[in-house]
Amino acid sequence: MIRDGRRARQTARRYPMLSRLSASVIPVAVMAGCGLMPALAQSAESALAKETGWFQAARLPELLGIALSALAIWAAIRLDRRGRIPKLRSLPGLDAISDALGRATEQGAPVVYVTGWGGDMGRPTTMASMTILSDVARRAAEYNCRLLFPSHDPVVASVAQETVAQAAVAAGRPDWYRADDVTFVSQSQLGYAAAVDGLMVREHPGAVFLLGTFEGEALILAETAHQTGAVTIAGTDSTIQLSFFLVACDYTLIGEELFAASGMVSRDHTAIASVQAQDWLKYVVIVFLLVGAGLLATMHFDLSWWIAR
Amino acid sequence: MKDRLAILTASGFGSFMAVQYFLTAPVANAAYRAILGWIQIVFAVALVAGVISVVRLHLKQLGRRRNQRVYSATLLGGAALMTILGFAGGVEQGSPFLWIFEHWQAPMQSTVFSLLAFYVASAAYRGFRARSAESAALVVAALIVLLGRVPIGEWLLPFLPSSADWILNVPALAAKRAVLIGIGLGMVATSLKVIAGIERSYLGGR
Repeated sequence: MIRDGRRARQTARRYPMLSRLSASVIPVAVMAGCGLMPALAQSAESALAKETGWFQAARLPELLGIALSALAIWAAIRLDRRGRIPKLRSLPGLDAISDALGRATEQGAPVVYVTGWGGDMGRPTTMASMTILSDVARRAAEYNCRLLFPSHDPVVASVAQETVAQAAVAAGRPDWYRADDVTFVSQSQLGYAAAVDGLMVREHPGAVFLLGTFEGEALILAETAHQTGAVTIAGTDSTIQLSFFLVACDYTLIGEELFAASGMVSRDHTAIASVQAQDWLKYVVIVFLLVGAGLLATMHFDLSWWIAR
Repeated sequence: MKDRLAILTASGFGSFMAVQYFLTAPVANAAYRAILGWIQIVFAVALVAGVISVVRLHLKQLGRRRNQRVYSATLLGGAALMTILGFAGGVEQGSPFLWIFEHWQAPMQSTVFSLLAFYVASAAYRGFRARSAESAALVVAALIVLLGRVPIGEWLLPFLPSSADWILNVPALAAKRAVLIGIGLGMVATSLKVIAGIERSYLGGR
């Protein structure tokens, strides 16, 4: 920063005309740009309102958002391949997994892993949860700690069976895997909640992982887990259930932390790079919000039509 | 080879589903609905496998686990009874199947759901212990919102309802939107990783 300032002063001394020109042109350009902005916005809005023959023009903002996300992920992966591996901060909920498994092993108790009633295999949250399940199952196999996975969805149950079996192989203990411990239970929301509650009360797990998409069953499961004395580690993309988890569970992965945790436990550089990309995209969103709020406050120029279509 | 085929299928269908969202062509919409229909076929096959797995597990437990025999017997008996009644008497209004559903299963579900009232109270009791500055702030905010929502709160302090509204509409909503933006970015990144073949958790950790 200091070096940049010195270089700028040297350039100004060497080219005084250019310096004066830039000093006068930049504010004029900014003012002209600001003056043109409402007109540009109006023309863009009317262009978006028109439907072309094959393309839904009203969805252009979403397309640009997806393109920007893809670009960020690609750039993060490229940087990672050049050896610029990002340093990620640790997540307390993720660090607690090892302790929770160790505690359950010492107690001779199983651990219960639940992905919630709200998500199917097509939901990104369930996919992120499956990656964490793989890590939990590998460590559980290493510790020889029993893992119970009751599922509400037969497809999720099938994927979980394969995930746990593969994790057992990766841990060098294929005999540890028991197909009966990873099962489909019920599709009924409260039937599922009652079944998982019953399982926890009968088996007295040492740790309960509630990671996925949860609905009304979230607090029922979290409170029952607490009453059985288990360490509870939760994480969800549902903002309503998140508040229940925050007060009822020992550790909570808040929203996007679930996706970040999935990238971190996978130990895959590409997945870690995508976590970095998510952070960049967050900065972009923050800049957009600040610019939008600034334009609205100073020039009464409302950009909300861009996203509220 | 098997994994590569699965990744290609996921990438192909994922790309198509993303692209068709931006298209107006009726053929894209028709293809979208057809693919959603195929998902139901996959789900139905998996459901049959799931039911077979549950029945097999509980048949095993009937023979092995003495303390869990009663639960397994209840599950198997209930499943058999509902299957027979559904096929023999139908599922229309007035059928034995629907009568059992409305008079047995619905009250049992309501019973489980009603547990939430007690769990909210016990979770609130643990959550509202002011051990640190953050939890003290939580307690104060919760008290203002709780009292602001009942008539006695307004009677005691007239500014409480507006304060409760402010807490819900300004700081709480800002935090909620921040969490939602983070979740949205995480979902977009995960979906793009699936399309690019980077995210493979749906293959079962292979």
